[in-house]
Amino acid sequence: MKNFIQTVLAEADYQPVRLLQILRAVQSYYQYIPPEAIDYLAEGLKIPRSHIIAVAEFYSFFHLTPQGRYEILISDSITDRILGKDSLMDYLSTVLKVPVGQVRSDGLVSLNNTSCTGICDQGPAGLVNGYPLTRLDRPKADEIATLIDQEKPLAEWPAYLFAVADNIRKAGLLLEQPIANGAGLSAGFARGIQATLGEIDRSGLRGRGGAGFKTAMKWKFCAEEKSDKHYVVCNADEGEPGTFKDRVLLNSYADQVFEGMTLCGAIIGAEQGFLYLRGEYLYLKDKLQAILQLRRDTGLLGKNILNQGLNFDIEICLGAGAYICGEESALIESLEGKPGIPRNRPPYPVTQGYLNKPTVVNNVETFLAATAIVVNGGEWFAKVGTDKSAGSKILSISGDCALPGIYEYPFGTPISLILHDCGAEDVLGVQVGGPSGTFISNQELDRKLAFEDLATGGSFIVFNKSRSITGIVQNFMHFFAHESCGFCTPCRVGTSLLSNQLDKIVDGHGSAGDVVELEALCQLVKNHSHCGLGQTAANPILTTLQRYPDAYESRLKDISYEPGFDLDGALDVARRMAHRDDAAAHLTQVED
Amino acid sequence: MSKTINIDGQNIPFSEGQTIIEAATAAGVYIPHLCHKPGYTPHGSCKLCTVNVNGRNCSACTFPAAEGQTVINNSEELRHDRMRITQMLFVEGNHLCPSCEKSGNCQLQGVAYHLNMLDNHFPHFYPLREVDASHPDILIDHNRCIFCTLCVRASREKDGKSVFDISGRGIHKHLIINSPSGKLKDTNIDVNDCAAHVCPTGAILIKRTGYQVPIGQRIYDHHQISEVALNEEGGAGSLPAAALPPSLEVAGQGSLPAAALTPSLEGAGHGK
Repeated sequence: MKNFIQTVLAEADYQPVRLLQILRAVQSYYQYIPPEAIDYLAEGLKIPRSHIIAVAEFYSFFHLTPQGRYEILISDSITDRILGKDSLMDYLSTVLKVPVGQVRSDGLVSLNNTSCTGICDQGPAGLVNGYPLTRLDRPKADEIATLIDQEKPLAEWPAYLFAVADNIRKAGLLLEQPIANGAGLSAGFARGIQATLGEIDRSGLRGRGGAGFKTAMKWKFCAEEKSDKHYVVCNADEGEPGTFKDRVLLNSYADQVFEGMTLCGAIIGAEQGFLYLRGEYLYLKDKLQAILQLRRDTGLLGKNILNQGLNFDIEICLGAGAYICGEESALIESLEGKPGIPRNRPPYPVTQGYLNKPTVVNNVETFLAATAIVVNGGEWFAKVGTDKSAGSKILSISGDCALPGIYEYPFGTPISLILHDCGAEDVLGVQVGGPSGTFISNQELDRKLAFEDLATGGSFIVFNKSRSITGIVQNFMHFFAHESCGFCTPCRVGTSLLSNQLDKIVDGHGSAGDVVELEALCQLVKNHSHCGLGQTAANPILTTLQRYPDAYESRLKDISYEPGFDLDGALDVARRMAHRDDAAAHLTQVED
Repeated sequence: MSKTINIDGQNIPFSEGQTIIEAATAAGVYIPHLCHKPGYTPHGSCKLCTVNVNGRNCSACTFPAAEGQTVINNSEELRHDRMRITQMLFVEGNHLCPSCEKSGNCQLQGVAYHLNMLDNHFPHFYPLREVDASHPDILIDHNRCIFCTLCVRASREKDGKSVFDISGRGIHKHLIINSPSGKLKDTNIDVNDCAAHVCPTGAILIKRTGYQVPIGQRIYDHHQISEVALNEEGGAGSLPAAALPPSLEVAGQGSLPAAALTPSLEGAGHGK
């Protein structure tokens, strides 16, 4: 083991900031992080072993106990459930002969749930040893079970099991006219770096991750910070359930994204960029590395870019299963090899980001748009969209619709038109912006896609009338409780309390006061949480409670109060110890 | 010191670089807190010090004071929300005050008294957590840990060691010990380390010192945590018992017996 760890450490240049990359290598080799490996790593990186454990226990894809040699994770997003995930999971458990959440006794295979894998348009989806399995069904489950029993290496599995389609259904402003490699940089150099920033300012481009901060302003603030080093970070940790547009952009428009990062580097004075790629997109890594190499070989990246004296390079860093790392300061912590816990702000990343140096963090789509703006001019972009929301938005559409996939619309487009295009019928409502966004009912379909109306990072999930509102909300609330980083009290405790309180009501144990209590708890978590995760985690309940109070009220019992736990069940241990099971040893949940 | 912020109608001077809680404490204004301790890197995780700054909720222990801030600290709404957050801390772990050695000297309990918390409100999680009694001098009762990280910070920043870390995610957060066995006995912690004395609850206790002061004669049995905190943290550093202001004397109880003061109130050095 020591030799293997030494190799891994050497590849990471013994840098503690590369701890995630190092642990990914160890996990992939041993199917867990063995205690002896932790000792070697602590010694080699000169960091406390408890720090390594803290990182390993923070990220879902690391384990301190062995997983199966074939580790199968099935996406538990609501979109996968709509496509039949629950019954498929039962079937997989049967054919693989392993209960969900466990490792088979021979150690060959383990099966578990995972948060949305970003393959919502071709689910039910999953991951085997980190690589995506798409459009899973029973025949494929049988085939996978056979391949595993034959112990076939993944490389010998049929390629169609892993096929991920782009599904670009509607190209607009950006996707219709891809920028030729180098055209953005040439246009930027020809115009001059300062004038290029001016052009991005004129375009009115706002961050595409959802928050909508003006891009030019962020770059200008960062450029103005005096420092020996600046950094550019591309946030490709799209973990919001129902979002998969960055997967497609990186698969088919990666050069344009990298070019946007390079332009940003030129403007803010950075020589180093990072692409923080969510762990679920491991399958894109080799392809992206090859693109980066080609860009270096053609003078578009590295030293003296296009002979203009610009030095800039990009490193790809993989996440390891943590939604919170989509929050920019948590992402930076993760890049530094730590648990992804959002920082206190101020200071903001533009002044103190990666390694406390001024850092720009932008979404994949923001960099893609920036390149197009530099080539086509700010006016070209600004004239599309609305006054406050310039340009177009790329949506990931999934759920109950005939044509799930990628759609690009000018800002200001009504939701009804989008639903028509994607072939949605009998619509109950739409989750715009993912679980942290807004659930709109079928009475609001004339509302518009825009920062000033319905803002979204790209997630757009359609539900038809066969779906249960409370079932959807339960899925979202369990997701937030699972993904809370646990740093602050209101979110750490509050998301779990919310999840339990919701379950109590939906499972039919709630009484009148319970909905009032649920709503009060929502406000508490929303108003006091440390970061966007906690501040938005209650949105699924708040937005549906407002629109469908009956969905909650109808679940309530006609009694004044029922305890939040199973009174009789709690006596079970005592009964066993006393060898009693007579009537007097039982309690009813509610007084008669 | 011409710059001021306004807290609940009172103009309070601040100097550049001070956080809101630092300025408030120096001016004798108490803001409830648990994870904050003067002299330690601010953490901002317990959220008890949430104040409203120009309409926005911020953690007073991390948010820099700045000219033009209108801060609401003492409102019924904030008291209520802080009480709820405290109740969250109580139901998350297993806090059984009557049987806890820290009772009366516990800051979690002190804050709960201060906020007039009379019940736990939320359903209990009753997590299964262990006690680490492996060390000859120091006991860790994980049931009472509130993840304030003061011991983590004390060990790193004050003791120059790295005995503790916080691991896990969400409700599964837990305190871990930096030793191959995961036990405290295999670390280099010393009973005189700051980390052994900094815990605001009864999660880290010193063995063979229990119940030397009877319950009922302890700090928060007689004093509001606001008075104690301002006295301890308000600029001049900790004061000997004799220097406690008359306001700290409890009617009918006579003055506070010196023996009631725990090391955390008594001296800064913890025997170092």
